[in-house]
Amino acid sequence: MRDTVIRTLIELGKEDKNIELITGDLGFGVLKPFWETLPDQFINAGIAEQNMTGVAAGMALEGKKMFTYSIGNFPTLRCLEQIRNDCAYHNANVNIICVGGGYVYGSLGMSHHATEDIAVMRALPGVTVICPGDPAEAASAVRTIANTEGTCYLRLGRGGEKVVNTGIKEFVIGRAYKIRDAKDLPKKAAIFSTGAILEEASKACDMLEEYGIAVEQYSFPTVKPIDKETIMKCAEKYDDIFTVEEHNTVGGFGGAVSEVMAENPSKARLHRIGINDFYCIEVGSQSYLRKQVGINADGITQKVKDVVCGE
Amino acid sequence: MTSKELAWLIRRHGIEMTHLSGGSHIGAILSVADIMGVLYTDILKFDSKNPDWDGRDRFILSKGHAGASVYAAIAENGFFPVEELKTHYADGSRLSGHVSHHLPGIDFSTGSLGHGLPVAAGRALAGKQDKKNFRSFVVMGDGECNEGSVWEAAEFANHYKLDNLVAIVDHNHMQSLDYCNNTLEVDMAKRWSGFGWNVIEVDGHNHDELRAALKDTSNSEHKPTVVIAHTVKGKGVPFMEMDILWHYRFPHDGWEYNCAVNELHKSKPEEVVDPYTPNGCPETKAEPEKGDHTVSETYHPTYYKREVEHR
Repeated sequence: MRDTVIRTLIELGKEDKNIELITGDLGFGVLKPFWETLPDQFINAGIAEQNMTGVAAGMALEGKKMFTYSIGNFPTLRCLEQIRNDCAYHNANVNIICVGGGYVYGSLGMSHHATEDIAVMRALPGVTVICPGDPAEAASAVRTIANTEGTCYLRLGRGGEKVVNTGIKEFVIGRAYKIRDAKDLPKKAAIFSTGAILEEASKACDMLEEYGIAVEQYSFPTVKPIDKETIMKCAEKYDDIFTVEEHNTVGGFGGAVSEVMAENPSKARLHRIGINDFYCIEVGSQSYLRKQVGINADGITQKVKDVVCGE
Repeated sequence: MTSKELAWLIRRHGIEMTHLSGGSHIGAILSVADIMGVLYTDILKFDSKNPDWDGRDRFILSKGHAGASVYAAIAENGFFPVEELKTHYADGSRLSGHVSHHLPGIDFSTGSLGHGLPVAAGRALAGKQDKKNFRSFVVMGDGECNEGSVWEAAEFANHYKLDNLVAIVDHNHMQSLDYCNNTLEVDMAKRWSGFGWNVIEVDGHNHDELRAALKDTSNSEHKPTVVIAHTVKGKGVPFMEMDILWHYRFPHDGWEYNCAVNELHKSKPEEVVDPYTPNGCPETKAEPEKGDHTVSETYHPTYYKREVEHR
C-alpha cells in the first residue's frame, strides 16, 4: 500500500511541481524512488515532527500541495497542535501520510501501535480522515486529496496488502464502497470496515456465508466525512451492523458510525469490533496481535455468529 | 509616519486596549512596540489596499499574546479602521487576545508558543523554490524559546540556508512567572549561533540599531538571521518596567490607567495626537495595593532553582 502511494505521488509530482513530500527522517527503502525522481520536491525534515508539520503548513500557505510522511503515531500525535493550529485552522493543503496504522509495527511495542489516531484526527474540525482498505483505494485516494483544499489524514497499512476493492475507479471523499452483496441465506448482517483490516473482514464474510449468514459488505475508506447514506440504508435493511477497525473502539470508525445511527433511529443495532480500550502489552506480529485482540477473520466471524445466531 | 510615532501609538493603543478589555500582556506589548514600530514603517513590504499582495514580506507574530501590538500597527497602516481596536477581546470582535488571521493584514494565527518559526521557515523555503523576493519575518518571545519546536526549526532553517528568513527575539528577559534566567538559564546569542544562525544583538528600543540590523539581512554564508533585541518588559511606563506583575495585570481605572497614560505622554513625539486622551489624564497619585500577592512588592517566586549537590 505504501509503495503504491509513493508511486502514485511520483506520477502526480511529475505533472505538478507544487506537489512536495516532506518526511520526518523515515521511509527507508520506500521513499528512495521519490527523491531520486523528484529531488527538488523532496525534503527530509529530520527527526522533528513538529517542525515538519509547521514547515508543511507554511509551504502550503505559499501554494504548495504538501504531503508529510512518517510512521505510526509520529506524524499525528507527536505534532497534534501543529496539525490543529497551523494546518487545519488555516485550511492548509497538508496531507498527512501515516504508514503503519494499527498493529503494523506490532512487535516493536506500544509506542509503535497507532490505535487512537483515527479518533484524534477525526476530532479536528475540517480534517478529512481517510483509511484506505487496500492499494487500489490508497492510490485513487492520493490522486483525489492532492487536489483537494484543506488538511487530510491518510492512514495506510504497510506493504503487501491484496487488492480487495477491485471495482474502484475514482475516489470520492465521503463515499463507502460496496464489496459484496448479501446472498440469499437464512440470516443476514451488514459489515463495514475501514483501513487495511478489509482483508480480514472479507475473509470473515466468506466464512460467515459458509455458516449460512449472508453479509452485505462495505469498505469505508473515508471515516470523515462519513457516508451517512450507506449507513442508514443498511440500518433500514438489517437488524445487525458490525464495524471492524484496527483501532480503539472509542472514538474511531465504530464511533463515527454510532453517531450517525444514534441520531437516526432505525431497527438496526450496532456492534463495534476493534480494540476494546486497552494498550496491547503483548509482543508479536500484526497477524498475531490481530488474533489476540479478536479482530482477525476468525475473531470477526465469531463475534458476528454470536450476535446473529444469538449464541 | 515615523517609526517613533508608530511605536508610541502602539504603546498608547496597547494601554487603551488592555484597559478597556481587562486583557493581559501589556508588559510584552510595551517591550515589543519599538520592534513593531520599525518593522511597520521602514522594513516590511506590504500593501494595505491589497493585503494578499504576493510581493509582500511575510510576517508572523509568534508571541501571539502581544497581539495588540500588531493589531495597532496594521490599523495605523490602514488595513482596518483604528476605531476597531477598541473591540479587542469584546464579544463579536475580530480582535482576539492572541493573533487571529481573520483580519486583513494578518495571514497567520498564533497563540500557542513555538509555532511561528517552523511556519515562517516553510514560507521562506517555498519562496526560495519559487524564486520570489519576499523575506519571511517572525517575531518571537524569549520565553517562547523554551519550546523545543523553536530549535527544530532553527536546525532546519540553517540546514536549508534560508537567508530570506529573519527571526527577531524580543528579549525582555522575563517570562510568565519570573526572569528567564531564573526559569531556564540561557545565553540567547550563544544558543542561536550554536545553531548556525547569523546573530545580531541590538538594543531593542533603539530604532537606528533595529533599522540597521533589519534593513538587509543577506550574508555571504546564506545563514538565516536572528536579531536578538534586548528590551525592557513594560518599556515606556516606569512603574510597569521589569515587573512580572504587568505580564498579566491590566491598567485598572484610577491611578494605574492615569499614571500609565501620563508616563507615555512624557515621551510623546510632538506630531502625534493621542486618540483617546489628547491632553493626558488628571494627575493621580500612585497607590499600589498592599497585601495582594500579585502586586509586585510582595511577589517573590518560592520555587527558585533547587541547588543540586555536586559530589
